[in-house]
Amino acid sequence: MTGMQAEELVRKAEELARKSAELAQQADTLLQEATRVTVAGASGGGDQFIFLFSIFVLAVFVGYYVVWNVTPALHSPLMGVTNAISSVIIVGALIAAGPADISLSKVFGFVAVVLASINIFGGFIVTQRMLQMFKRKPKK
Amino acid sequence: MSHNLSAVAYLVASICFIMALRGLSSPVTARAGNLYGVIGMVIAIATTLASPGVLSYWMILIGVLIGGSIGTVVALRIQMTALPQLVAAYHSLVGLAAVFVAAAAFYQPSAYGIGTFGQIPVGSLVEMSIGTAIGAVTFTGSIIAFGKLQGIMSGAPIVFPGQHALNALLGIALISLVAWMCVDQSPMYFWLIVIVAFVLGVLIIIPIGGADMPVVISMLNSYSGWAACGIGFTLGNTALIITGALVGSSGAILSYIMCKGMNRSFFSVILGGFGGESAGPDAAMLKDRTVRSGSAEDAAFIMKNAGSVIIVPGYGMAVAQAQHALREMADMLKKEGITVRYAIHPVAGRMPGHMNVLLAEANVPYDEVFELDEINRDFAGADVAFVIGANDVTNPAAKNDPASPIYGMPILDVERAGTVLFIKRSLGSGYAGIENELFFRDNTMMLFADAKKMCEDIVKALE
Repeated sequence: MTGMQAEELVRKAEELARKSAELAQQADTLLQEATRVTVAGASGGGDQFIFLFSIFVLAVFVGYYVVWNVTPALHSPLMGVTNAISSVIIVGALIAAGPADISLSKVFGFVAVVLASINIFGGFIVTQRMLQMFKRKPKK
Repeated sequence: MSHNLSAVAYLVASICFIMALRGLSSPVTARAGNLYGVIGMVIAIATTLASPGVLSYWMILIGVLIGGSIGTVVALRIQMTALPQLVAAYHSLVGLAAVFVAAAAFYQPSAYGIGTFGQIPVGSLVEMSIGTAIGAVTFTGSIIAFGKLQGIMSGAPIVFPGQHALNALLGIALISLVAWMCVDQSPMYFWLIVIVAFVLGVLIIIPIGGADMPVVISMLNSYSGWAACGIGFTLGNTALIITGALVGSSGAILSYIMCKGMNRSFFSVILGGFGGESAGPDAAMLKDRTVRSGSAEDAAFIMKNAGSVIIVPGYGMAVAQAQHALREMADMLKKEGITVRYAIHPVAGRMPGHMNVLLAEANVPYDEVFELDEINRDFAGADVAFVIGANDVTNPAAKNDPASPIYGMPILDVERAGTVLFIKRSLGSGYAGIENELFFRDNTMMLFADAKKMCEDIVKALE
């Protein structure tokens, strides 16, 4: 009885070992494939786009569900804050304004930095002003 | 900063922005939300400044100082009633910034890792030109919206024959220019895209009437997000893409809510021609009908003897800056033991949530302020409905008259209240140019005056 069980166990263990070896090989192939795709992506740009596009689509869904949860009373502050955060476009402006040498592109970057900064400061401050007013008053 | 580290930092910034929007689900958490937004922005900027491409900081510092001080001063000084035009102005800046960033990327693509000048991959060019076009449309469109809201230009829709055909033509021209730019990569095409989009932005907004502004502002809000998204794709920056998508969908949802509040399709708003300063109803029609009008003393007397009052504010309250006087009146009534509540229609005012902000400014506790769905049932039990500066959102024609242009629009059922007090400067119609039969009902008393003056007079009469 015990002998048979031991044999069974050994057989199963062997099978498992074989399967794991197979899996390892598959993982290896996948890895190679992935590397190849990444290299292709870096040179061709197509896969990079799909990657960014996936992020985009997911973000749209997140935005959809988060914004439906915003209470209607706060729709004005919502516009204020979305205004401010959309000025994160300043990251593009900073890269353009960053190089050491003066160029047309650097000038464009500078203008964009000014515009986006107006929005960042203005947007967050005006939102804060609005939200400051939404306070529950103590009941008398 | 290594590539992976900055990618993680941008992700953290994006999550902060999501938290900023999440916070707005309640006034209690909203201020913390705004703080998340600021933190996210600081992380995003710091990450970019630490990237290897950014070597010289003085120009950036000057830019942030100039922009930051302008933004701060304006935001601190602006009157809350001028909020809609301020938001429109801010949208225009996001749009213009997107155009400039795209221009910078076009002239120096190597800084963004998308080839060299004249050798930009087609994919990046398409993304760049879409971002540019949306940004440019947002810029001029928001300027027109600003002009209409600020009263620099008439709020009346500007329509001319062949308008839609011209817009369609420009749209096609825009697409062709994008295609040409992909082939040729000449700067001329880039700037032509900018110019055509500028013109298109103006043409899209001019036919839309002043009262449709809540939709327009939300729509431009959405556009500014999509413009940021387009630039995000060009730069391969996830923080920009995520934020742009959040803002884009937020604006789209607000536009949808506003359209629903008016029972109009998004396309009918965009096609425009509705509203503006239309003429009042025929004098002949009004002659036969009697209107009961009253004084501040009458109104004070009626409300003093009421058990509950529901106040319905509209754009007229904002124009007259009557919110403080109104709150004073409500305080006096509460002292008399009268229940006072506020009912807000989704499209009251000139931007989403406009009335809520004005009431909050006047220190009205937000738990006295209710949305249409929450309070509409309670009008039947209220003794007085006090309508201040609102008109079309109370018009029963929306329920009873299938021929009315506003038929089907959800309205506040003020006519069910015991008495309707209606502050108006004259018997003129609302923006939709429709007569409100409520004025002629037996239980309506018209209070002909400026909203602020009337509230002050009622306060005096209550004393």
